[in-house]
Amino acid sequence: MGNEWVFNLYVFVLATFVGYQVISRVPPLLHTPLMSGTNAISGISLVASLLAAGSHHLISQILGFVAVTCATINVVGGFLITDRMLRMFRRKPDVPAAKLEPGKRGTAS
Amino acid sequence: MNPHAPIQAVVPSPEAVATMSPTAIVLSLAYIVAAVLFILCLRGLSSPDGARRGLVLGEIGMLLAVVATLLHKDVVRYEWILAGLVLGSGIGVAISAWIPMTKMPERIAFSHAFGGLATALVGVAEYLREVDGLTYFKVGALGFETFLGFLTFTGSIMAYGKLQGVITGAPVTWKGQNFLNIGLFFGALMAIGLLVYDRSQQQVFFGIASTGLALGVMAVLPIGGADMPVVISLLNSYAGLAACATGFALNSQILIISGALDGSSGLLLSLLMSKAMNRSFANVLFGAFGTVSDPGQPAAGQAGKSYNEATVEDAAAVLMASQSVIFIPGYGMAVSQAQHAVRDLAASLERRGVDVKYAIHPVAGRMPGHMNVLLAEANVSYDKLFDLDNINDDFARTDAVIVVGANDVVNPAAKKDTSSPIYGMPVFNVEQSRSVIVLKRSMNPGFSGVENELFFQPNTMMVLGDAKKTLLSMISALKDGH
Repeated sequence: MGNEWVFNLYVFVLATFVGYQVISRVPPLLHTPLMSGTNAISGISLVASLLAAGSHHLISQILGFVAVTCATINVVGGFLITDRMLRMFRRKPDVPAAKLEPGKRGTAS
Repeated sequence: MNPHAPIQAVVPSPEAVATMSPTAIVLSLAYIVAAVLFILCLRGLSSPDGARRGLVLGEIGMLLAVVATLLHKDVVRYEWILAGLVLGSGIGVAISAWIPMTKMPERIAFSHAFGGLATALVGVAEYLREVDGLTYFKVGALGFETFLGFLTFTGSIMAYGKLQGVITGAPVTWKGQNFLNIGLFFGALMAIGLLVYDRSQQQVFFGIASTGLALGVMAVLPIGGADMPVVISLLNSYAGLAACATGFALNSQILIISGALDGSSGLLLSLLMSKAMNRSFANVLFGAFGTVSDPGQPAAGQAGKSYNEATVEDAAAVLMASQSVIFIPGYGMAVSQAQHAVRDLAASLERRGVDVKYAIHPVAGRMPGHMNVLLAEANVSYDKLFDLDNINDDFARTDAVIVVGANDVVNPAAKKDTSSPIYGMPVFNVEQSRSVIVLKRSMNPGFSGVENELFFQPNTMMVLGDAKKTLLSMISALKDGH
C-alpha cells in the first residue's frame, strides 16, 4: 500500500494526455459519435459496479444492482447508437446533373 | 474509532502485498489490452472511414474487461449481476435502436445521467461496505466519486429536462445564485476533507452526496438552451472524472484510463464549444446568457425596421437563377425535422447543375456535431459538409444562402456590434452572398432576445413558417418553374 496513489496518478496524467492527443484529431463531423462513444467507454464503471453487486454485503448488492443496470445501459446503448450513427456517415457519389431531368424527384433518397 | 490511526493499521489488500496469482496476472493483462483497445477505438474516430472498425475494437475491449472482472475473486455472487446485465441490456437496446436522430442531445444527456448514477452508487456501496477499513486516500477518492457522480446525475437530468422542454429552456436566475453555487462547491470540498479526517462520520458522507445532487440542479438551472453544447460536453467530462475517482478508490487502472479518456474528451469538446462562442468557461457557467439584454429592447429596435417577407415562389425564383447555394442548418432544422426536406431540395438543385454545400457551425444545434448527424441521416455525403474556417471565404462567391432555423451563427452583430451579447463569436459571412433566404418560424427573436440585423438586410428574404413545409413547397415550386 502507500505509494499506490502515486502510480495511479501517473496513469491518470498519461491517459489524460493520450486522450487529449487522440481526441483532438477527431473532426467536428464526428463529434456526436465521439460523445456517445466515450459515453459507452465510460460505461467501464460497470467493472466497479460488478464488484459491488457481486459482494457479500446486502446494501452493496442492491446499490450494485442498480449501478450494473445503469452502466450496462450505457455500454450496450452507447455502442449501439454510436454504430447506428457511424453507419450513416458515408461519402456518396454526386447526382449526375446531365442524366436527370430537372423536374424529376430524387432517386437516391 | 481513532481517526488518527496510521494508514499501516489498515489491512492492505492482498494484491498489493502478496505476489500476484496467475489468475490475477491474466486479469491485469486483460485490462491492459482493454485499455489499448479503447484508445484505438477513439483513434478510429479521426476519420469516418475507419470509425466503425474502431468501434468494434472498443466493444471487444469492453467485453474483455467485463469477463475479466466476473472472474475476479471478490465477485462471489452472480444473481444481482445477471439481473442488472439483462435489465440494462434491454433498456440500452430500447433507448438506442429506434430513437430518432433529432433526439440525440436528449439521448446523450440521459446516458450521462445513468453514468453519473452508476459511479455515485458504487461510491456509496463501497463506503458502506468498507467504512472501517478505508485508507485516508480511499475515503477522499470515494467522496469525490460520490460528489461528482451525483452532480453529473442531477445535472444531466436537468439538461435533459431543458432539452425536452419539461423545464424552461430559458436561463433561470436569481440574486446571489453564483455565490450559492460556489459556496456549495467549496462546502463539498471541505466536507470531503472532514471525511478524510474522520471516515466514520456517515452524515458527512451523505452530506457530500446531497450537495452533489443539489449542485447538479443549481448549476444547470441558470444555463440557457443555446449553451447546451457546452453543458453536455462538460457533463461528459464530469462523468469521466467520476469514473477516474472510482479507479483511484478501487486501485483499478482500467477505470482511471477510461475515465481519463472520457474526461479529456468532454473537456476538449467544452473548450472547442466555448471558443466557437468566443466565451470563457466561467462565462458560460456563471454568465446566464440572454439575461444581458433587456427583453423589451430588441422588439423596440426592430419595430422601426422593415424586412422583406417573401413567398415560397419568390425564394424558388431566386434559387432558379443561382449557380451556387449554401445551406446553413440550425436548431430549427432539428425542431421541425427538416433534414430530409433539406436534402431533397439540395438534390433537386444539384440536378439543375447547382453547386450545393452545407455550412456547419460548431455550436449549431444543441450538442457538438448535432447538425452533421442529422444531415448524415438524411443521406448527405459528408464531403459536402464544411466547417466555419473552410467555407467562410466562399460566401462572397455564392449566389444564394438558405438559412434553415439558424440564428446567432449568422448574426453580423457578432462581428461589429460591441454591445451585442454575442459580440466576438465567430459567425458565417452570410451577408456577403448575393441573396439570403431565411426560413424561420416567426419574426420573434426567441428567448436569447438578440436582434439579428441579417433579417433586415435588403438582400435577405424572410420565408416565415415551418421549415419542413416551406422546403417541401420550394421543391414543388422548383419543379413547376423549370
